Amino acid sequence: MSAPRPREPLAVRLLLIGLAFAAIALFLVIPLAAVFVEAFRHGAGAWLAAVSEPDARHALKLTLLVAAIAVPVNAAFGLAAGWALGKFRFPGRNLVLTLIDLPFAVSPIVAGLVFVLAFGRSSLLGGWLAGHGIEVVFAVPGIVLATVFVTFPFVARELVPLMQSQGTDEEEAARVLGAGFFTTFLRVTLPNVKWALLYGIVLCTARAVGEFGAVSVVSGHIRGATNTLPLHVEALYNEYAFQGAFAAASLLTLVALAAMLAKAFLSRHAGEEAP
Amino acid sequence: MSIEVRSVSKSFGSFLALDDVSLQVGDGEFVALLGPSGSGKTSLLRIIAGLEEPDRGTVHFHGEDATRRDARERRVGFVFQHYALFRRMSVFENVAFGLRVKPRAERPPETDVKRRVTELLKLVQLDWLGDRLPSELSGGQRQRVALARALAVEPKVLLLDEPFGSLDARVRQELRRWLRRLHDEIHLTSLFVTHDQEEALEVADRVVLLDRGRSSRTAPPRSSSRSPPPRSSSTFSAR
Ligand SMILES: Nc1ncnc2c1ncn2[C@@H]1O[C@H](COP(=O)(O)OP(=O)(O)O)[C@@H](O)[C@H]1O
Ligand SMILES: [Mg+2]
Repeated sequence: MSAPRPREPLAVRLLLIGLAFAAIALFLVIPLAAVFVEAFRHGAGAWLAAVSEPDARHALKLTLLVAAIAVPVNAAFGLAAGWALGKFRFPGRNLVLTLIDLPFAVSPIVAGLVFVLAFGRSSLLGGWLAGHGIEVVFAVPGIVLATVFVTFPFVARELVPLMQSQGTDEEEAARVLGAGFFTTFLRVTLPNVKWALLYGIVLCTARAVGEFGAVSVVSGHIRGATNTLPLHVEALYNEYAFQGAFAAASLLTLVALAAMLAKAFLSRHAGEEAP
Repeated sequence: MSIEVRSVSKSFGSFLALDDVSLQVGDGEFVALLGPSGSGKTSLLRIIAGLEEPDRGTVHFHGEDATRRDARERRVGFVFQHYALFRRMSVFENVAFGLRVKPRAERPPETDVKRRVTELLKLVQLDWLGDRLPSELSGGQRQRVALARALAVEPKVLLLDEPFGSLDARVRQELRRWLRRLHDEIHLTSLFVTHDQEEALEVADRVVLLDRGRSSRTAPPRSSSRSPPPRSSSTFSAR
């Protein structure tokens, strides 16, 4: 059953394996370790002080708030997109499929600028909103919008191909058995993509927490007001406040590591869902 | 409940899949729809079940026009060509599904669901596999689960789309006999799709041919010494 193993000489194999490990160490392990070494250089007390300082606390809270809005919104969008694009054929479907990837293709800076143009005070929409006391650009709503935009593809990309490959057989079986639309969705469609959905949510969360470019443009960098955690890191770093910058960065790194672990766990289950 | 298809046509794009097809299945009758692959058998079953709308023509149940009736309200049992079992549900939950999704007023209590599902699993001889997932079953077992699931809601008619198509010859032979015996017991109006002539002749009371979207009736007496045709079918021919 097993495929014949390649038969390169031992020395070549060892060399290649060694090179792979060296590359991983150089590009992944050492930088990650450096973040924690720097963060704890002056001890755990200094780290704690740096992450619980008011601006850092505010940045952390804002980051969590933004993720708490952007991730559920994109989970819902992604489910809707996966369902519509995966289960149905309609005119314009290919266009929509291409548009879903737009946030990946566009540079985050450009995405940020687009939101500034669309919602800035000098724009029609922005002016109208400002007239009703709603600030979007250089305020929290803008940060949320930019994050939603940048993280939109993650869930949809997992779900569209999966739902397409699963087809509509089970939904039709449910319908003939008398199940209505919502019942079918909740009992059949959703459970069939549960792990892929969670997988997409993890990727989406990691990016929502870590997003810098687009958020940087719309936030205005107002300390204690519109700085998210990544922006806070940058601000401190630019002021040579390395201890604080790395302490905050260590939090972001922890989120990334947790996402990696969750990803590894979920990808095994997500694999089972493909028919 | 009788099924009557009157002059149904259906195109997919410019391709005419069903061309003025008419067909009758009397109350309690077991009819085989025989035709080569691509002749429109699945399309016709889907139209009868309400999963597809005909371009022209009507579908009647028990003499009533049901063409505009939603698939959910047709009370049709459908056994799909590729089973279409719910992959994330156990065998038991698959069979129970139709009972659990009934409107609250008609939904049987949990004890009745249990009893009914167990009965059905016994009927298809799978009561010992209730906890398994569909992926853990053989093709023949999946097919019987699909049948039990369709029967759970007490359908008025049963539509079977090449139910034994992907099984090996021996299992096929067995299931075929078993299905015939089952029909002789419960007399459920059944339309059985196949591309295998021998299968059609052996299992059904009557065979209808479908060729490139056109139907022609044939009425060979079932080559059978096993059982007389069900009583209800003679009622039909007397009409
Ligand atoms: N949804 C569809 N879209 C386009 N063509 C279809 C569709 N369903 C069936 N057809 C075509 O209609 C013809 C009959 O199909 P089908 O009813 O599945 O035949 P059978 O079940 O007898 O093999 C085939 O040529 C098939 O390609
Ligand atoms: Mg077919």
